[in-house]
Amino acid sequence: MEFLVASSVGVLTAAGVYLLLRAHTFPVVLGLTLLSYATNVYLFATGRLAINAPPLIDEQVARYTDPLPQALVLTAIVISFGMTALLVVMALRSWSASGDDHVDGGQAAPGTAPEDRR
Amino acid sequence: MNHWILLPVLLPALLGSVLVLIGRRDPVIARTLSVTSCAALLALVVSLLATASTAGPQVYALGDWPAPFGIVLVLDRLAALMLVLANLLALLVLLSAIGGADREGQHFHALWQFQVMGINGAFLTGDFFNLFVFFEILLIASYGLMVHGGGRERLRAGVQYVVVNLVGSTLFLLAVGLIYSVTGTLNMADLASRVPEVAAGDRALLHTGALLLLLVFALKAALVPVHFWLPGTYAHAPAAVAALFAIMTKVGAYAIIRLFTLAFGDDAGASSWLAAPWLLPAAMLTLLAGMTGVLGAQSLAQLAGFAVIGSMGTLLMAVALFTEEALSAALYYLLHSTLAAAALFLLVGMIAQRRGSAGDRLRVAPPVAQAPLLGALFFIAAIAVCGMPPLSGFIGKLLILDSARESVSASWIWGLILGTSLLAIIGFSRAGSLVFWKSVAQPEAQDAGGGGAAEDEGAAPPARGGALPLVATSALLAGLVGLTVFAGPVSEWLDDTAAQVHEPAQYVDAVLGAAAGNE
Repeated sequence: MEFLVASSVGVLTAAGVYLLLRAHTFPVVLGLTLLSYATNVYLFATGRLAINAPPLIDEQVARYTDPLPQALVLTAIVISFGMTALLVVMALRSWSASGDDHVDGGQAAPGTAPEDRR
Repeated sequence: MNHWILLPVLLPALLGSVLVLIGRRDPVIARTLSVTSCAALLALVVSLLATASTAGPQVYALGDWPAPFGIVLVLDRLAALMLVLANLLALLVLLSAIGGADREGQHFHALWQFQVMGINGAFLTGDFFNLFVFFEILLIASYGLMVHGGGRERLRAGVQYVVVNLVGSTLFLLAVGLIYSVTGTLNMADLASRVPEVAAGDRALLHTGALLLLLVFALKAALVPVHFWLPGTYAHAPAAVAALFAIMTKVGAYAIIRLFTLAFGDDAGASSWLAAPWLLPAAMLTLLAGMTGVLGAQSLAQLAGFAVIGSMGTLLMAVALFTEEALSAALYYLLHSTLAAAALFLLVGMIAQRRGSAGDRLRVAPPVAQAPLLGALFFIAAIAVCGMPPLSGFIGKLLILDSARESVSASWIWGLILGTSLLAIIGFSRAGSLVFWKSVAQPEAQDAGGGGAAEDEGAAPPARGGALPLVATSALLAGLVGLTVFAGPVSEWLDDTAAQVHEPAQYVDAVLGAAAGNE
């Protein structure tokens, strides 16, 4: 269990960072998504891994799992989902406005105002 | 419980939702509501400031859940100070935006209110995860504001800004998770009381989490090595938005001050002053990088962006000393640099509008319309940003230099602050003389705005927004003058604030005591 969770966090993070460093927006979006998955799995594990234990107080149960990380993960999922949607929209707008999907724009020299390049 | 504490978060949240619905139909109502709300908030936070400066830290338990379990909002002097600064800035900059910049795209006022809500919440909250949520609120509103009006370069810069901040958010979550896994709490006050008791074996994990948080806050505060996003973002954002963003870097600085004095201060045992060895060199490099950037900037907006980086370097250098005196000086400089940077960005926006096709680029171009007025304002703003007498930048730097006298790194701090001030003066005088004095006599093309003849002044520019941006800029500069004139009382008040910040027991007792006593 520990090995499974730890290695999935590690693999997701590694793949996410690799994709994040690509030059085009689509791999970057995928990379950010993988990173946020890694974070979610990791956050879930911060409450310690307890199998077959409820997160609620019940008189018949002696062993609990920590409910707080689960609430955090829920919030984090919602936020990262919204952010990913926003990023996709902005990347699409940027692509349709400039005709390429390079994250850093590539050719244009820094510091020149938009008028130069239209 | 003082229920007014909730209102700086609640009012913009409600109004933002209303403005989404009516903003597009009726711009006049939207403007009126937006400005009224900002003015009301300013009045409210000033009264909260008065409360905070007489009473101790005030705690508001959301949903009346007691402290370590529920989320609390905490109003102490530092939070109240930041609230007043943020809402003053929001009101003044909004005044300049309703001159016309708000009509370039949709939902400007709704986004503005959500941005204000996020900023206010970040200053008030006493819980780490809640801080993350407020960061996300202010960031998502800032993404919308950043690309307000659209345009190719702006969208591209916007995408970069979003990506950088999403990585920052991921790191924030990882750091919060680390800290929670070691201490079992997300409440700042509770964390402060648990840090000294952390087992020796877990301390490395705790430190990793705390330093990751420092990295995240440094990203917001544009500290070297994570400062690279700022010049591009600020240079491409609309002027009014860039001016409001002047407070966003300070949110990062505030979070650094809050976390590392409260939980990792004197009482933290093996973890005390965890951030100091990392923060000081980073701040020094930031100052150097910022002011060197000022020298090399190719447009006025970039110049202003690099000046912001430099000022963050100066500010965090003082913070990194982690003494009461230095913190008081840092807070004074924080007030000054926020107002000065905002005024500078508004000015850059106005100059770019009045230079025809040359925009804000630093090259020879037809003369600026209304050059005497704008030139004078630019001169005042430049003096303030460079930290020359007689304005408050000088007093701020003097206070920082004075407070650094005892430090081991005093010679470095003195040398860097004084040396980079010279760089800033050179950079700003180059920019100012190029823009206002070295103009060609004839228009470079068939630009209507140019002309170069004296009779064109004032009449020629398509003065979008009329006098409102000028009024807002002048008000910001007047704020600097006020800060200079009342430097004595202000810095006395700030001394008390710094003393309160350096006594985390007050904060902890207020939060956890309120739970026990069920006030």
